[in-house]
Amino acid sequence: MTAAEIHTHKHRWWRSRSVQRFMQHRLAIVGMVMLFLLTLACIVGPFLLPYDELYIDLRARFSPPLSGDHYLGTDPLGRDIAARLLMAGRISLLVGFFAMVLSTAIGTVIGVVAGYYGGKVNSALMRFVDAFLAFPSIFLLLALAAFINPSPVMITIIIAITSWMEIARIVEAEVKSLRERDFVMAGRMLGLRNSHIMFRELLPNMVGPIIVAATLTVARAILLEAYISFLGYGIQPPLPSWGNMLNGAQQYLATAPWLAIIPGITITIAVTSFNFIGDGLRDALDVRNDPA
Amino acid sequence: MAGFLVKRLWQSIILLIIVSMIGFGVLHLTPGGPLSQYALTPGMTQETMDRIAEQMGLNRPLPIQYLDWAWRLLQGDWGTSYRDQQPVLTVIGRHLFATMLLMVSSTVISIGLGTWIGIRGATHRYSTFDYTATVGAMIALSIPTFWFGLVGIYVFSLKLGWLPAGNMYTIGDGSVLDYLHHLILPSIVLALVNIAIWSRYMRTATLDVINQDFVKTARAKGVSERRVLMKHVVGNALLPMITLAGMQLPNLLSGALVTETVFTWPGMGRLFLDSLGYNDYPVVMGLLMFSAILVLLGNLIADLVAASIDPRIRLA
Repeated sequence: MTAAEIHTHKHRWWRSRSVQRFMQHRLAIVGMVMLFLLTLACIVGPFLLPYDELYIDLRARFSPPLSGDHYLGTDPLGRDIAARLLMAGRISLLVGFFAMVLSTAIGTVIGVVAGYYGGKVNSALMRFVDAFLAFPSIFLLLALAAFINPSPVMITIIIAITSWMEIARIVEAEVKSLRERDFVMAGRMLGLRNSHIMFRELLPNMVGPIIVAATLTVARAILLEAYISFLGYGIQPPLPSWGNMLNGAQQYLATAPWLAIIPGITITIAVTSFNFIGDGLRDALDVRNDPA
Repeated sequence: MAGFLVKRLWQSIILLIIVSMIGFGVLHLTPGGPLSQYALTPGMTQETMDRIAEQMGLNRPLPIQYLDWAWRLLQGDWGTSYRDQQPVLTVIGRHLFATMLLMVSSTVISIGLGTWIGIRGATHRYSTFDYTATVGAMIALSIPTFWFGLVGIYVFSLKLGWLPAGNMYTIGDGSVLDYLHHLILPSIVLALVNIAIWSRYMRTATLDVINQDFVKTARAKGVSERRVLMKHVVGNALLPMITLAGMQLPNLLSGALVTETVFTWPGMGRLFLDSLGYNDYPVVMGLLMFSAILVLLGNLIADLVAASIDPRIRLA
């Protein structure tokens, strides 16, 4: 390949096989479209709706969907569900996204270090990973949530603390398989620092599996946030999140089922989008098919 | 086998030690620590707090405290519930049966359905059934379990009136049939995610086996397709599922917690949440440790069973 060819290749990343395979993956496209529309609605929607997400109208409590200006109805305080749903989306998606960033960072560092150094470092770190995996994540998450001040930032952090192990395992396995390759040996002989070999030479080779795992981690993080907020230990009202909108929905299930149905469907759509995209990325980036 | 047993046991013990350190860390390194319960008491002064800290041995160095705590844990002294002054293990024991009942019945459902869907998907690869099952599994994995429970209650309890909306039995009844009636909805709700996981794994495992030489040999010998499938394919595909069942245990426990909340099921998950609500930290910590130990034990048993069936695992 000549320099010119490399040059053009770099500028036409969208022509690469991976991108083309991704674009042919029907589910992935469906996921991308759903996620795009949902994100757009969460960003723009609140400006277009007639009501503020915190505005309380006690005369309009429990309005069913499509009643007047309350397109999706109102909650037990007469707040507009559409407005709350979209503001909640901002929070839930951001928590999910940053929990993914944080847990991917933790998992990658631990995985790379464990895989690269091997031996005792590896067994110590990987036993630590195994030990974390032994705790049912909801139990650990709730125990942590009970001790902290439940701000969105802290919720993001504790979700990350309970979600990094999968990525650590994936990265460790990848590094182990690459450790003895020539380019690593060459790096060592050149006297490159270990950190340089780990993060500059090895890491770029496993971007595919990391991206796939990270996408699925967003899905998982959104679900975890929904669980703990539903139970009242996550994002605290009046700040809306998809999970805390469902908190209390059970007691009104007979009289106001939309309180439960609307946020639940939204969570399912968001999580399904990430799972579809993750599946498409797995095929496109040719990541070893590991169904889970 | 003996060598494998010793190696596997040793690994579990090491894991148990690390697990206990994490549990201890969660309890002690968070703001307030084990004292946070007393800090809420009205009229609490710093001197009283200091005295309680000294009585509880909290002014000793952390490693000493850990060893003391772990030693008492080993002897079965898991502390006393703040709420009803009973030993933590007794409290947990009272809620164990309900959770086990729920987990076992939901596992029966998910393994049954998941195996069937997985095998059918593999033998009818790329059919409408296979495609629907694949997409369906991905959606099932995206539905929040607690919300699925709410929808189930809405449809089957409130609208159709077929199934009870919660609890494990009707007060004053409590017959086996009554238990089963209450068990149906929560078991199905908890099973949903696992049906998806099992069917995916089973599909992959079946596809792996179906193309192997011994299956071709069986076919070449003229064994009927049905017998090939049941005897050679399913038997071999199910083997890795034993290990998988062990690995899925933490997720199953998490799911049980969520399901129990929605269905007011009197199990460990319900106990965990009630204890959180009362700041009953000894029980919260006890359940955290207990569930992790349960998972380690489950993994150990799954590995031993798999190894006793398949000699290849022992050598790995």
